Amino acid sequence: MKISMIRDLLEADVLCCEECLDSDVYSACGSDMMSDVLAYVKDQAVLLTGLVNPQVIRTAAMMDMKCIVFVRSKKPSAAMVEMAEDDGIVMMASDKRMYDACGTLYVNGLIGTKAVHV
Amino acid sequence: MSDALVFHFDVDGDNFTSAGQASTQVKRNLRQLGLPPAIIRRVSIAMYEGEINMVIHADGGTADVMVTEEYIEIILKDQGPGIANVEQAMQEGFSTATDSIRSLGFGAGMGLPNMKRYTDSMEINTVLGVGTTITMRVNLA
Repeated sequence: MKISMIRDLLEADVLCCEECLDSDVYSACGSDMMSDVLAYVKDQAVLLTGLVNPQVIRTAAMMDMKCIVFVRSKKPSAAMVEMAEDDGIVMMASDKRMYDACGTLYVNGLIGTKAVHV
Repeated sequence: MSDALVFHFDVDGDNFTSAGQASTQVKRNLRQLGLPPAIIRRVSIAMYEGEINMVIHADGGTADVMVTEEYIEIILKDQGPGIANVEQAMQEGFSTATDSIRSLGFGAGMGLPNMKRYTDSMEINTVLGVGTTITMRVNLA
């Protein structure tokens, strides 16, 4: 799925790295617990979260993720947007709730990841 | 060993916002060295979890990363309260973190298990009231 399609499906505002919207992503995960995100490595390219702090961007960067979606109308600070920009991570914000956002992407073909430990 | 590269960082214990800066820098350094992405990811995640732990539990500390031809070694040293029961701390889901830490997205009891999972070896030396030193290695060969 193109990142631009995620934007369209979630009716999200893109906050940075718009030039990367044409990139393809194949899996996603949704969580507010960053340690849970870090526990499973399977090329999750998209992180959906309702947590808003700089560690979200660091977590996504550590995992080589391409896109962060803030759900529930959460808005990151300017400093966070700058961090994501430095790491080349597309950041967007959607009004949808976590369950709806994940479900919308899933039924449109963006699958989750199996719980595969390294 | 003589041509090992060493990176040293001080981890600020007062600032949760800056936690992870050392790991971010290490990730950049390893990328510049042209190491395989999967190795870089494992090293940086393990170090990041350790860095977060130092900030949450031990008021900061130091991080040293050594890159040799055979392995990457990460040594995290703090002068925090020490770990009372290492076996318990290694169990997934066990955490002594407060609710305020959990509200920041950490304290799920996955930190130490993640560090072990992503490295080839991990050694914990801890003394109550004195501090903790964690030595992790990721093999390159």
